[in-house]
Amino acid sequence: MTTTAPAPATRPADAEQQPSRGTRFTSWAANYVDERTSMSGLVKELGRKIFPDHWSFMLGEVALYSFVVILLSGSFLTFFFQASMAEVEYDGSYVPLKGLEMSAAMQSALNISFDIRGGLLIRQIHHWAALLFVAAIGLHMLRVFFTGAFRKPREVNWVVGFLLFVLAMAEGFTGYSLPDDLLSGNGLRIIDGMVKGVPFFGTWISYLLFGGEFPGTQIVGRLYTLHILLLPAILVALLGVHMLLLIVNKHTQFAGPGRTNDNVVGSPIMPVFAAKAGGFFFIVFGVIALVAATVTINPIWNYGPYDPSPVSAGTQPDWYIGFADGALRLVPPGWEFMIGPYTVSMNILVPILVLLVFLALVAVYPFFEAWITNDKREHHIADRPRNAPARTAIGAAGVTFYAGLWSAASSDLIATHFKLSIESVTHVIQALTILGPIVAFFVTKRICLALQKKDREIALHGFESGRIVRLPGGEYIEVHEQLSEYERWRLVSYEEYRPVMVRPDARGRISQGAKMRSAISGWFFEDRIAPVTNKELEEGSHGHH
Amino acid sequence: MADHGSADSGTAVEIIATDPGPRSAAVVPTDRPQNPGFPPERKRVADLDPAKEKQQERRVVAWFVLGIVGAVGAVAAYVAFPLDTHGAVDPSTTRITTLLIGLGIALGLFGIGFGAVHWAKSLMHGHDLVEMRHPTRGTPETREKAVAVFTAGNEESGFSRRKAIVGTLIGALAAFPLPGIVLFRGLAPKEDANDVLRHTMWKKDTRLTRDPSGTPIKASEVTLGSAFHVIPEGLNDSEHKLEEKAKAAVLLMRLKPEDLHPSKGRENWAYDGIVAYSKICTHVGCPVALYEQQTHHLLCPCHQSQFDITREAEVIFGPAKRPLPQLPIYVDDEGYLRARSDFHEPVGPSFWEREH
Amino acid sequence: MAKSASSPRPSRPARTGRPARSTRTGRRSPLASVALLVVGLLATGGAYAMFTTAASAEEGGNASIATADKENGEKLFQANCATCHGSNGEGTNQAPTLLGVGAASVDFQVGTGRMPMAVQGPQAERKPPQFTDEQTKDLAAYIASLAPGPDIPADEYLTGKGDVTEGAELFRINCAMCHNVAGAGGALTEGKFAPSLKGVSAAHIYEAMITGPQNMPVFNDQNISPEDKANIIAYLTYLDEHASPGGLDLGDLGPVSEGLFVWIFALGSIVAITVWLTAKSN
Repeated sequence: MTTTAPAPATRPADAEQQPSRGTRFTSWAANYVDERTSMSGLVKELGRKIFPDHWSFMLGEVALYSFVVILLSGSFLTFFFQASMAEVEYDGSYVPLKGLEMSAAMQSALNISFDIRGGLLIRQIHHWAALLFVAAIGLHMLRVFFTGAFRKPREVNWVVGFLLFVLAMAEGFTGYSLPDDLLSGNGLRIIDGMVKGVPFFGTWISYLLFGGEFPGTQIVGRLYTLHILLLPAILVALLGVHMLLLIVNKHTQFAGPGRTNDNVVGSPIMPVFAAKAGGFFFIVFGVIALVAATVTINPIWNYGPYDPSPVSAGTQPDWYIGFADGALRLVPPGWEFMIGPYTVSMNILVPILVLLVFLALVAVYPFFEAWITNDKREHHIADRPRNAPARTAIGAAGVTFYAGLWSAASSDLIATHFKLSIESVTHVIQALTILGPIVAFFVTKRICLALQKKDREIALHGFESGRIVRLPGGEYIEVHEQLSEYERWRLVSYEEYRPVMVRPDARGRISQGAKMRSAISGWFFEDRIAPVTNKELEEGSHGHH
Repeated sequence: MADHGSADSGTAVEIIATDPGPRSAAVVPTDRPQNPGFPPERKRVADLDPAKEKQQERRVVAWFVLGIVGAVGAVAAYVAFPLDTHGAVDPSTTRITTLLIGLGIALGLFGIGFGAVHWAKSLMHGHDLVEMRHPTRGTPETREKAVAVFTAGNEESGFSRRKAIVGTLIGALAAFPLPGIVLFRGLAPKEDANDVLRHTMWKKDTRLTRDPSGTPIKASEVTLGSAFHVIPEGLNDSEHKLEEKAKAAVLLMRLKPEDLHPSKGRENWAYDGIVAYSKICTHVGCPVALYEQQTHHLLCPCHQSQFDITREAEVIFGPAKRPLPQLPIYVDDEGYLRARSDFHEPVGPSFWEREH
Repeated sequence: MAKSASSPRPSRPARTGRPARSTRTGRRSPLASVALLVVGLLATGGAYAMFTTAASAEEGGNASIATADKENGEKLFQANCATCHGSNGEGTNQAPTLLGVGAASVDFQVGTGRMPMAVQGPQAERKPPQFTDEQTKDLAAYIASLAPGPDIPADEYLTGKGDVTEGAELFRINCAMCHNVAGAGGALTEGKFAPSLKGVSAAHIYEAMITGPQNMPVFNDQNISPEDKANIIAYLTYLDEHASPGGLDLGDLGPVSEGLFVWIFALGSIVAITVWLTAKSN
């Protein structure tokens, strides 16, 4: 686009000399491709696109790269995995399972682990990469949320990213269920129980899902199709949209000297960013490989084949489904009642609804904030979380709520490891899940405001240098050191919002919506620290010497 | 949004909307400090000192060499530890191959990754570059042209004039997915789901047998404090073994007879303190099998529902609502435990038509 | 809009006296980050490995009950147990009767250090035994002489050899719901828990099955035959002797520990790398 970084001066000199064989081949190949694809235009457009440098901007890449690792390792696994629930007698190498009846799926998963060299490594790479994939998406979403990077024009991309998050969880759960081992079988049984609790259709949906009664002989094959065909296809398509919108919108950047809402400051794709991002792919892959080489994941040989009668202590889903499992655990006894002859399982419906509402709130938050601020401008400068206290507090409340549900999924392990009773752990988490978010909201908001105050203080009066000076009059003071104007700029460059006033519209009426907006926006912005003004800065620098 | 004058993008700090509009919340004060512009760039050691540059270059090369070593090492590890595919493999072989191949691969990847990043960081052109942003929406001309395209399309097709065509088209589009949805009926077999859920393999006189061997159990074998995991006789030969087991699994326990408090009509469901309860949780169906022989509580390991066996498996903690269904049992002439009948209610998680 | 600034950044006071040998102060060598990562991963792994091996070093009782000194057992009983269990083992309101619990129960409770109880809690916990193996057998002989009960198991069932497949299946059906499929233990109600079975001696496992200590149900010989008990022990021995084929086992606690590991170590180290990656080279 408009980047005009000077090309290294040595290039033309080289070209005048006899081109080397490699150069000649490269230019021939480039020409060949361009004459058939018009690739040069794309290279011109994108080759020097600028990406800002900040560690938190790499988190989405971690997700992307784990997904690539998942695709690579997953393809390897499909060559050996048999998605069949036909009963076979295990004749593989793992002694404690020899001769046991199990499904072909379980047997092939065991064969991948024990009878194919490196197979267990690939299985572990696949599973660890899957856990990392969802974790990286989660952290990436938190970064986007807390820096306000979802604001116009990126609301749509937030929703696309949210869908990717949901798809990643679905991919994870379907994959978790494929080996047909005891752990995943009990996981499916829980899903079956939840589905059955749905009013009107529950029984039928469960019947359709499992092709008859649980467990049936169908579910692994059906989940496999979803896992390797339908879900990845949608995921890849949405990933494409996500990337495309990223290019269209360009990346956000943090406030800094020289950085404005109208520019992007950073490294060009060619060569620095390409080298860093490309190298980073190998590093992420390397970390996954290192973990997979050294740490066991999902030891299906311990769990054994699925059998409806046994269960293991500590039966939990993978971490990203933990919040759903936790929600089920937190329901107090007795939440089930009858409407006429029909059973309404609130102990299942309420957790499902809570999860759906929570996810829906995450998905629509950008539109909610756009509505209450009524801000129609484009935002390309990422907020520091402290400079949007209400949003940060809402985020902290959401994280606390999620953490409550999540920790509930490991209530039994918390109880055994900290020598507590499972009942008291459950009660405490019940209270934390409800009260925690409220406390987190207020505490976070106060912390943000305090940090803003501190920033203001430092911007105006400098920071404490630690140097004590005795004045001629005998008084001791600590010398305050002034910031450079560049450092100060990071502290003072943020926007101030005020609550929206209720004003009559063009026809002189005040709608209910406007009143509500005004009320919510009042709650959102009532406490705030005004940004430093020029005048204050001047006074500050004169007053201090 | 085009009609809002203030909707133009600007710098976060410098633009002053002529009038933020009565409805705008954003307050952009005029008296803001000025953006000081770019700070002077700090040179890297490699930019200043040719010796350092050489050193950095050697480091990058070392990383790439390490990458080659790693990849070759992984192949070597693969060759060095063949799996004995016949007979019993010592899992430690798998452990070693997994470890060594994995470490080799990881090293191969790290070599490339850290080498490339180090190259980019220390040797490639290190200055920040700047690219301008433009409003995301198209320019007025582009938008005008887009509108013109739509207008032309509408006029040439008569889309908004020909109401009948559009109406029926929408109808047809709404109808066409219906067969696709109906086809999914084929996912499940024909029998009525909710009828099947009401019955288990237990019938009058079915013997209680051990899980998994299927050997019958005598009452005398169930000593005080014992817990037996039970399946109905003949389950192992059943055609739908897992489906039947998923409903018929039972836990058999012996308590002191005086600890049991049977309700009216259930007095003869136990035998001398021996009781049989469904193992399938009434919450979402996990096997509830954690029996505490002193407290007589049953705990579900999945969601921690607790059932009190002395009070007919009533729920005392956790998300479950209904007690576990009891299997009525008696002892035959040879001393074997048998079922009096099937369960008197559907086992497992609640469903909508459960009591219908 | 290129911008090429080349003058050095205004140096803050702290930076002015930078020594010429900057390699010494070099903040982040790429090697250092990798080394740190590797060390971190290995250290956690090492800790786990030590944990698992340390746990497996337990004594196996060899003294025989046939040669035990009943009188000595009675003395020990009167001195250490009678306060709670009654002077004739008839039980008090503080502790259950010991009549009929058998030698197996004494060998288990005393041999694993659960008895004498140190403090009142939800359940008696395993700790270093207070009595020597011989004293334990003396006590067992004394209690067994009061009333008949399950005897200390014969050595033939405690060899750790047997059909591991059979043992593994029985273990999953009868034991795993409390003790976890890999014998890592699990939670029970009201603060009680099923202990880990790692490194527990064959005799103690056998005795626990036949006596049903505390809240564990009894698995008598009609429920699980002595041969099958030996098979279960063989499976547990197999698990103890064979480290997880996949590498470190994270305590065999399942997806929770895997999830924590991926957040703390995998994503944690990657985030550390992103900080290095986006920091300007010095």
